[in-house]
Amino acid sequence: MKISVRNSAPRRATGELMGVALLALLILIVLPLGLDGFRLNMVGKYLTYAFVALGLVLCWGSAGILSLGQGIFFGLGGYCMAMFLKLEASSPEATKIQSTPGIPDFMDWNQLTELPWFWEPFHSLPFTLLAVVAVPSLLAFIVGLAMFKRRVGGVYFAIITQAFAAILTILIVGQQGYTGGINGITDLRTLNGWDIRTDGAKQVLYFVNAALLIGAVLLCLFVRHSKLGRILVALRDKEDRVRFSGYDVANFKIFVFCFAAALSAVGGAMFTLQVGFMSPSFVGIVPSIEMVIYCAVGGRLSLLGAVYGTLLVNWAKTLLSESFPELWLFAMGALFIGVVMVFPNGLAGLYQQYVAPRLARLFPRAVPRVGEVIPPPTAAE
Amino acid sequence: MFEGYTLAELGSIFAMQGFAGLILFSVFVLMALGLAIIFGQMGVINMAHGEFMILGAYVTYLCSTLVSEYLPALFPVYFFIAMALAFVASGLLGMLVEWGMIRFLYKRPLDTLLATWGLSLILQQIYRSVFGAREVGVVLPDWLMGSVAVTDTIEVPINGLFVMGLTMIITLVIYTVMFRSRWGMGVRAVMQNRVMAGAVGINTERVDRLTFGLGCGIAGVAGSAFTMVGSTGPTSGQLYIVDTFLVVVFGGAQSLIGTIASAFTISQAQSTMEFFLSGSTAKVLTLLTVVAILMLRPQGLFVLKVRR
Repeated sequence: MKISVRNSAPRRATGELMGVALLALLILIVLPLGLDGFRLNMVGKYLTYAFVALGLVLCWGSAGILSLGQGIFFGLGGYCMAMFLKLEASSPEATKIQSTPGIPDFMDWNQLTELPWFWEPFHSLPFTLLAVVAVPSLLAFIVGLAMFKRRVGGVYFAIITQAFAAILTILIVGQQGYTGGINGITDLRTLNGWDIRTDGAKQVLYFVNAALLIGAVLLCLFVRHSKLGRILVALRDKEDRVRFSGYDVANFKIFVFCFAAALSAVGGAMFTLQVGFMSPSFVGIVPSIEMVIYCAVGGRLSLLGAVYGTLLVNWAKTLLSESFPELWLFAMGALFIGVVMVFPNGLAGLYQQYVAPRLARLFPRAVPRVGEVIPPPTAAE
Repeated sequence: MFEGYTLAELGSIFAMQGFAGLILFSVFVLMALGLAIIFGQMGVINMAHGEFMILGAYVTYLCSTLVSEYLPALFPVYFFIAMALAFVASGLLGMLVEWGMIRFLYKRPLDTLLATWGLSLILQQIYRSVFGAREVGVVLPDWLMGSVAVTDTIEVPINGLFVMGLTMIITLVIYTVMFRSRWGMGVRAVMQNRVMAGAVGINTERVDRLTFGLGCGIAGVAGSAFTMVGSTGPTSGQLYIVDTFLVVVFGGAQSLIGTIASAFTISQAQSTMEFFLSGSTAKVLTLLTVVAILMLRPQGLFVLKVRR
């Protein structure tokens, strides 16, 4: 790769900010104007996955840690939100036909007579908002601490996070009385008295979600351009050298893993609010690994690419499974293989290879350089 | 959890559950052996391993249907033919996959994981299109039906015994191939030091392909044995993949003995607990224990000491 001297850091930052502005234009103005309420809600749902993909770009693309358990954090965030909404929907008046009024309906069906202790704090909205971020981060911290301090990494880390995804799914499905089982937590109605099922509410939630996503992209850009981001790239490429330079590598890995977990959890909570339910089918092995492909299609090194990749894969998924359901798995499988073997840097890689040079010729000044980072010496591990 | 059982009853429960655990153990061992060869020796994460197993199961199912239709005389022994065919089918597919995909990815183990996951999705959909979404089972010949009564309260199913015997034989064969044959020595040499193995005249590419094929072929045999104790659907393989990876990692990725020991521990723990607790709780507890132990001892139970 040719390194030009003119391409200095401040200029690249402007380019990236222009890319963010374009994304904001697209999801805050173009899509809401161009799509009807139903489709817009669907795009909102996809955008919640983009939070997970952003976390993976930092975790996997920058730092080289592939987590196959992002669904855990997405699910935990979503479940925290759903527990609050469910408690609000199960007021004693609304559930007076149950044998124990005032507890969620699925608990009543499972012969529970009082609210379990860990549900109690979710009566409070501030606690819930805190828990949405804190519970997944804490779990990520514990897992990260145990694994990275012992220098477990690479494929072992991937397999163990995947095992966690399996464990959590089995737990949620098995403990039906406490979690709603395979159906999940459904029939959510209001947020602090505000009905989230109306079209108006869905539009408001879409904009909240989109704005949060833009904020998340900016935050990730900040992390990436900070010294921390540089160290993450360094430890991906030559972990031992970073260690010998006196850095505690494990702490950086734990941080980026927790950061990715917190981002995913915010996505999960927004998912619950917009879609109106949460179930174990967003937690397990299959959704977790699908989230990795969103990030890979966009380009594992590019933050904006990850957002576009998520939108594209989900849009294709909806389109294909609406008209040719049996083709979808073939397409998805081919995508996995293709993205690994043919274009390992995803959409962002293609953009940089083919589109960016032409744009640069057309407009020699200020061209958005979507997510430029130093690629690993041999394609990322 | 033991209240309400007499000592004798507890004894029988443990014996019966222990036996059920042994059948689970056999399936784990057969699946994990193939995976241990591919992951432990080659360092490739084959997420499609479950689908190779299911291929073996479907081959066995086809064989049982065809034989009972056209060659009823051979029906009592069709299983042995099916097993050989399953080995060949899965092995050939494995070699094809290695040639078309895996060989480009040896330096990127995390990418093999994603690519083979894609492969597993495609294979699942192929199975669903060809064999239908419903689970299929095979008809067992008469001599495999029924059970042997050991005492008044303990009964052992014959198909379970058969699967166990089969597992033992296959394990011995693999051990011999890997540790007592010249070819096995070549495999181990390539895995320990690829450059030097090539320098002394071993065709490393050929060894890679055959090793991957062998691992997949064993998965096919596992699938064949699996039909004796359960029914097969397009997604049955995926259910076992995480357990199997944990078995291999828990045992210490490079050690075949470790794989067998960890398969034994995990299967026994799970099936004994299943009787007293619900199935899901037993599974969660087992997996959590394994993961916790792995966090304390990331290298697994048995470690092969190699200088690198």
